[in-house]
Amino acid sequence: MMRSLWIAKTGLDAQQTQLDVISNNLANTATNGFKRSRAVFEDLLYQTLRQPGAQTTEQTQVPSGLQIGTGVKPVSTVRNFSQGNLQQTGNTLDVAINGQGFFQVQMPDGTTSYTRDGSIQIDANGTLVTSNGYPVLGPVTIPQGVQDISISQDGVVSAVVQGQVQPQELGQIQLASFVNPAGLFSMGQNLYQETAASGAPTQAVAGTNGVGFVSQGFVETSNVNVVEELVGLIQAQRAYEINSKAITTSDQMLQRLSQL
Amino acid sequence: MDKLIFLAAQAAKGTMSRQENIANNLANVNTPGFRQQLMAFQSAPVTGEGSGSRSFAVETSVGFDTTPGQIQSTGREMDVAIQGEGWFAVNDAKGNEAYTRNGSFQLDGTGNLVTQEGYSVIGTNGPINVPPDHRLSFEGDGSVSAIPLGGDTNVVQLGRLKLVNIPQGEINRGDDGLFRAANGDPAEADLNVRVAGGFIESSNVNAVDMMVQMITAARQYETQMKMISTAKENGQAANSLFGMN
Repeated sequence: MMRSLWIAKTGLDAQQTQLDVISNNLANTATNGFKRSRAVFEDLLYQTLRQPGAQTTEQTQVPSGLQIGTGVKPVSTVRNFSQGNLQQTGNTLDVAINGQGFFQVQMPDGTTSYTRDGSIQIDANGTLVTSNGYPVLGPVTIPQGVQDISISQDGVVSAVVQGQVQPQELGQIQLASFVNPAGLFSMGQNLYQETAASGAPTQAVAGTNGVGFVSQGFVETSNVNVVEELVGLIQAQRAYEINSKAITTSDQMLQRLSQL
Repeated sequence: MDKLIFLAAQAAKGTMSRQENIANNLANVNTPGFRQQLMAFQSAPVTGEGSGSRSFAVETSVGFDTTPGQIQSTGREMDVAIQGEGWFAVNDAKGNEAYTRNGSFQLDGTGNLVTQEGYSVIGTNGPINVPPDHRLSFEGDGSVSAIPLGGDTNVVQLGRLKLVNIPQGEINRGDDGLFRAANGDPAEADLNVRVAGGFIESSNVNAVDMMVQMITAARQYETQMKMISTAKENGQAANSLFGMN
């Protein structure tokens, strides 16, 4: 009935999305390898209700036109792949990437997905897996009875087999990089999937092509900046209030109209 | 009587349009690079036979506010903000040159620099293509360079963003929210426009101003409703006179 009600509603929707994104970032402040997102908005289409110089009546002309915007929409959530802090854990199987690369993970359906979370574990078969039990590519299998597993900067996993002096090379963790990491599809479980927007993955040995080095004994913490999120939260809340005020005002105008 | 009621109704319609414009500005209070819509009531005199005693009030959108918005730090390498006046040039859906202030760019799957909507960003030497395993860096004058992520230090120059500066009044907002030169021709690149990488320009909507305008519009609308009621009462009084015979 009245456009402004619907326009202000799009504003409320947008701020709601903003809050959702901020809440998700704040909820993941302690998630290993988490990358924060930001909602980006753009204005909706404009309606040109009157062209400048158009006739209003047979005798009158408008000197300038009337163009009314129809509100706002969230256009995308941009993931920020900046480096998180490397936190020392001392755990042999914790690895963090210091660079732009991703660990490759073998999914149960045979596809490959990608993660920044390098808190690796060993499953019953000795395979190196993620916290969710998906094999990390390699894959690398640790035989029984080995000691001192070490992961080099370029991802080579080696261990000392009991009774031997020389460490034995067991495999290598391969990294992958993307032209546009922001275009990756987030699957949850700290995993990303390749899309047309991200481009095809380029596999690389750690330390080459800018994928970064692997650091053993560290995990990459979330890159969420809590202060920034809280400021965004205040901004979103106020913008929400302002838009709800626009709805109230439009409602009052309609109420006044119906009292005629 | 009939003249009064139509004048008031037309004014009320204009006030509703004003309220719509205000709601649109407020809805975009967090849209990066958004330019606040400016509105004005204009009088449209009724010309013709008889004395020119009447003017309708018509709501018009006279343009947009060019005041720069706040520059906010995002730390994202593909966010660019223009400092002061100027516009980014992009190719719109039809491949024509259009302008925007929203510098939150991204890469498509082939490494081309595009806007969030997927419009390709125009460089002075054609599209800007970022080679794999490089990160972007924007210089103050809009030059784009790609820095290799490995140990390699050979910085690749990718060209320069096409930045234009079109005087107010010669640039209009299109129905898709992008801006275009009024004469329809692509503008010349202006080498004096300055940008900052890692920053984004927020919306330039002045929330306080808009809230005040919203209250004004609501009160104005009430006045017009009062005029309509008065016209109604006058009509009723006249009718009751006729009814006495």
